[in-house]
Amino acid sequence: MAQFTLPKNSKVKQGKSFPLRGASTRKKTLRVYRWDPDAGENPRLDSYEIDPDQCGQMVLDALIHIKNEIDPTLTFRRSCREGICGSCAMNIDGVNTLACTRALSDIRQDINVYPLPHTPVVKDLVPDLKHFYAQYAHIKPWMQTDAPAPAQGERRQSRAEREQLDGLYECILCACCSTSCPSYWWNSERYLGPAALLQAYRWIIDSRDENTEARLDALQDPFSMYRCHTIMNCTNTCPKGLNPAKAIARIKQRLAAKAF
Amino acid sequence: MTGSATPLSPFLQYRPQLTSVLSFLHRITGVALSVGALLLSAWLLAIAAGAGVYDLVNAHVTAWYGQGVVGAFLFALYYHLCNGIRHLCWDLGWGLELSAAYRSGYAVIIVTLALTIITFCVGRAT
Repeated sequence: MAQFTLPKNSKVKQGKSFPLRGASTRKKTLRVYRWDPDAGENPRLDSYEIDPDQCGQMVLDALIHIKNEIDPTLTFRRSCREGICGSCAMNIDGVNTLACTRALSDIRQDINVYPLPHTPVVKDLVPDLKHFYAQYAHIKPWMQTDAPAPAQGERRQSRAEREQLDGLYECILCACCSTSCPSYWWNSERYLGPAALLQAYRWIIDSRDENTEARLDALQDPFSMYRCHTIMNCTNTCPKGLNPAKAIARIKQRLAAKAF
Repeated sequence: MTGSATPLSPFLQYRPQLTSVLSFLHRITGVALSVGALLLSAWLLAIAAGAGVYDLVNAHVTAWYGQGVVGAFLFALYYHLCNGIRHLCWDLGWGLELSAAYRSGYAVIIVTLALTIITFCVGRAT
């Protein structure tokens, strides 16, 4: 059932303000979601003023600047800082994206930074993605074959067969898409969500995989996939420019074709 | 973990996208059409019940608020129809690129408004 309020313990309160120290011709304010599991308080929104000339260009650079120079208690995940690891996925200025590829200068107003939407919070900007990973494991993201592997070399694909995987294999499982999906917010116990379904299609369409029928059958129920209503927030938000909505539509077509 | 139970991260601040707004509108107009079908039946029943009852009901239908309901019903009807066709195209595998989804979204809005206004004006003129 669609839910339009946050639980009582999750309502966000006004937090602390950290004004800019020293003078600056340019000033940028970041309002950052904070929640400390040890404090026993509700989440709050802390406000940090920074001088964009004192840090790098991206939102992640600003967060690292805040942690190093202003408030060392700020907690967030980050690793590669170049959009390939997916660790710094968060909700920035209303949309999910990677903090490391979102430029500060692209956002004119104050920058709101929240954890990925509708997820349990571990601390500050760190969401608990256990359930998301379990759903990924559920679609069996590995090659399933009956035929033994060739004695020499690998299982071959034609160039055309390999091209089927373009736009799918690039997914970094950052969870931006799934946590942007209203259907996933409200049905994530039973709906697999765009990321897991894009990965499911990646194996369905792989010419080397021999378990295609079983993979399709596993999605043939009212919830696993059919909670997708082509809202397209997933495709809109994907920081890698992939199209989960299209991948899901392709699975729907395959399942529809199976009925005849 | 000590302290308060794990909170749920906020999600209502998610910025509305054209595609998501149209999707919500599809659901809302679907509900509105069900309610509108009841009102339409009431109007038809009034016709069957004779001139006295019909005059009573028709006074509401032709009043400014009744015309507002008729206009909203027409909008819901045409929007749900046009966007339904858009959904059928997606089910056939057409127009699933993001740019195409935006183009078809704008087309649905324009066609819906045009059909609503035309039908409303023709209805009032006759």
